[in-house]
Amino acid sequence: MTATPDSSRAYLIKGAAIGGGARTDLLVRDGVIAETGTGLAAAGATVIDADGLVALPGLVDLHTHLREPGREDAETVETGSRAAALGGFTAVHAMANSSPVADTAGVVEQVFTLGRKAGWTDVRPVGAVTVGLAGERLAELGAMADSRARVRVFSDDGMCVHDPVLMRRALEYVKAFDGVIAQHAQEPRLTDGAQMNEGAVSAVLGMTGWPAVAEESIIARDVLLAQHVDSRLHVCHVSTAGSVEIIRWAKQRGIKVTAEVTPHHLWLTDELVRSYDPVYKVNPPLRTDEDVKALRAGLADGTIDIIGTDHAPHPSEAKECEWAQAAMGMTGLETALSVVQHTMIESGLMGWDDFARVTSTAPARIGQLAGHGQPVASGSAANVTLVDPSARWTVDPHQMATMGRNSPFAGRELPGRVVATFYRGHPTVLDGRLNTPLVSEGEQH
Amino acid sequence: MRHLLSTEDLDKADAIRILDTAEEMAAVSDREVKKLPVLRGRTVVNLFFEDSTRTRISFEAAAKRLSADVINFAAKGSSVSKGESLKDTAQTLEAMGADAVVIRHWASGAPARLAASDWIDAAVVNAGDGTHEHPTQALLDAFTMRRNWARINGTASAGTDLSGMKVAIVGDVLHSRVARSNLWLLRTLGADLTLVAPPTLLPVGVEQWPCSVSYDLDETLATGPHAVMMLRVQGERMNAAFFPSTREYSRRWGFDDRRLAALDAAGARETIIMHPGPMNRGLEISAAAADSPRSTVLQQVRNGVSVRMAALYLLLSGESSSAAPTQEAQR
Repeated sequence: MTATPDSSRAYLIKGAAIGGGARTDLLVRDGVIAETGTGLAAAGATVIDADGLVALPGLVDLHTHLREPGREDAETVETGSRAAALGGFTAVHAMANSSPVADTAGVVEQVFTLGRKAGWTDVRPVGAVTVGLAGERLAELGAMADSRARVRVFSDDGMCVHDPVLMRRALEYVKAFDGVIAQHAQEPRLTDGAQMNEGAVSAVLGMTGWPAVAEESIIARDVLLAQHVDSRLHVCHVSTAGSVEIIRWAKQRGIKVTAEVTPHHLWLTDELVRSYDPVYKVNPPLRTDEDVKALRAGLADGTIDIIGTDHAPHPSEAKECEWAQAAMGMTGLETALSVVQHTMIESGLMGWDDFARVTSTAPARIGQLAGHGQPVASGSAANVTLVDPSARWTVDPHQMATMGRNSPFAGRELPGRVVATFYRGHPTVLDGRLNTPLVSEGEQH
Repeated sequence: MRHLLSTEDLDKADAIRILDTAEEMAAVSDREVKKLPVLRGRTVVNLFFEDSTRTRISFEAAAKRLSADVINFAAKGSSVSKGESLKDTAQTLEAMGADAVVIRHWASGAPARLAASDWIDAAVVNAGDGTHEHPTQALLDAFTMRRNWARINGTASAGTDLSGMKVAIVGDVLHSRVARSNLWLLRTLGADLTLVAPPTLLPVGVEQWPCSVSYDLDETLATGPHAVMMLRVQGERMNAAFFPSTREYSRRWGFDDRRLAALDAAGARETIIMHPGPMNRGLEISAAAADSPRSTVLQQVRNGVSVRMAALYLLLSGESSSAAPTQEAQR
C-alpha cells in the first residue's frame, strides 16, 4: 500500500483549444485542473503536446449497457469501461437490464464496485423502476438511492413503464431523493412483434411495423404526468420528429423534462433495413430521413438535452441470423464522438462548446454526478478528453475494446479521434490507446 | 441471374425470359416422358422452415423433371427452438454440395440473408419468406394471366407482357407475400393493378406503391378487371381486430355467388378468378366461384411446375461446371 495513487502524478497539457476556443495550457495535478494559462511550466510533470487538439470535459453517458452481471459473454464492466475510456467517457450509467436485474441495493452496489475495480471510468448504476423490469410493482428505489452506488437515475430501459398509475407513482416517489425516471417510451400493444419503423420501407419488406405513435403517445402521457405531479422526467433515446415536437411543447410549458438522442438515430435511417442485416436492428428502430433531420434540429436548439449512446453489445450469434431472430441493439461508446462530430459539428449545426454541453455538462447534471460536466478550467475535477478533430479513421469492430462486434458504422470513415482521456487526473487513454486504469485508494489489490 | 429472391429487383428482360422458358417447360410436361436431362448431377435442396406441402412438391416435381437430385430438409419451427442457427444449417448444406437452395421461411428476409452471407455459395430461390415475397408464385400467376391475356387478344403469349391488362388483388394484403410479389411483377410487365382490402389489412405506406387502392370490391368489379385474384384470409385475424367477423368479411370482400352473378350479368365473359391456394371456401371465395369456368386455380398449380422448372434451369444451367474449381480456389 505504499504506491503513490496514480492521480497524484502531474500532467502538463500544452496548447489545447478549450472547446472550440482559445489555446491554453492545462496543468493536471492531484486529480484536478490545478492551473490554466499560456507558457505554463511544471517540474516533474509529464508534458503532453496538445497542438491541434480540442480539450473537452470528459464525456458522460447516461445510457450504457454493460451486461454484467449475467451476460458476461456479451460485455463485462471491465471491457465496457475500456470501451468507454477509448470513446472519451469519464462516466457511464450502466442500465438496469442485467441478470439479475439491478433492482436492489445489492446488485447496484455490485456493479458500482466492479466499476471502481476496473478503474477506467466512473460506472454509475441505473436502478430499475419496477421489480425485475416487470412493470408490476416498484423496486426499492430508496434503498438503491441510499446505497454506496448513490443511484439517482431509475429506468426500466428495454421495457416501458406503460402502466400510467405506476409511472405516476414512480415520478412522485423519486422526488424524496431528487431522482429522475428515465422512460423507455414504447407502448407495448402498438409494438407487439414489431421489427422496424412502420412506413414505406416496412410495407415493402413485409415486416411488422413499429409506429412512431407508439413512442409519441407515451411521451405525451408522461410529460403531462410529470406536469401534474411536478416531477422530473427523462426521455431515453428519442427517435421521431413527433417526439421532438411534443418535448418542445412540454418545455415551453415549463414541464421538467429532459431528452436524449443516440448517435445512430442522428444519422442512420430505415432504408438500411432493406439489406435485412440485423446489425441495423435496434430499439427504438431506425426511422426516416425526416426524423433524422428533426432530431438534429432538436439537439441543436436544446429541445433534446443530451447524447446517450445506448451502447448495446451482443455476441455474434445474436446477429448472425434471420432479422426476426436477432437481438436489438448496437455498440456505440467508441464511435459516439465521431458520429456526433460528423452529424452535428461538420454539418454546421453545433460547435465544440455545444458538444461539451450535450455530452458532458447536461448528462452530468441529469445524473447528478459530482466531479463531471465541469468546465475545462482551473479548479475543476480533471475529467478531460483531448480530441483530434482533423483525424479520420475507418471503423473496424474487431479493433474495438468492447466485446460487441455489432457496430452499424463498420467500414465507414469517421472524423475525429480521442487522443487522451483523463479520468480523475489519470490518463486512461494516451496517444489514442488504452494506458492504465486508475487505481483508487482502498481499491488496490 | 444468381438468385431469385424477389420480383422487386427482377428486371423485365429476366421476367420475360423466365416466362418464355416456362412455356417451353410446359411443353415438356405435356409429353409422355416428362423429363429433361439438363440438371443431371446437380443437387437442389428444399429447405423448409415452414410447412407448405404444395410449394414443396411443386419445386420437387420441377427439379426432378430437370433430372436434378432433390433433398428435402424440413427444418420446421424456429431455428432457435430447433437449436441450430440458419448459419449452421446453411453451412451444412454447403458442405453437402448443394447447388441450389429453395428456401421457405417464416421470417421476412431470410432468403436474402442467406444469399448475402458467405455461409453458402449455392443459388438461393425464395419459396416464400414471411410477409415479404413469394416470387415464383407471382411468376406462375403472371404466366397464367399472360396465357389468358394472349387468348383474349388472339396472339401467342411468348415474348409478350401484360400491357393493358386490368388486375385486382383482393384480401389480406398486409400479411401477403403473394400480393407483394405480384405488385412488383405486374408493374414490371405493364399491367394495371388495383388492391382491394379492408383498410386494416393494407400496410401503412401502401399509398406509395405503384397501384390503385380500393376498399370497395363491387366498385372495382364494375370497372371490368380481366383478372381477380382472391387472397387467402385467416379467420383468426378477427381476433386481432382486423375485421369484426368472418361473415362480415365475406359479405364485403369475399367473391361470393352474388358477385359471380353480377359478373355474368355485366357480360364480363373473359374475367378470370385466381387464387394462390389453399382456398377457404365460403370465406374469401364461394364454392361456386372456385368451381366456375372462370377459376384458374388448377391452371395455376400446373403452371407452377413449369415456372419453377424455368427458374431452376436458368439459375443452374447458366453457370458452367468448369467454372467451379476457380470459385473453389478463390474462397
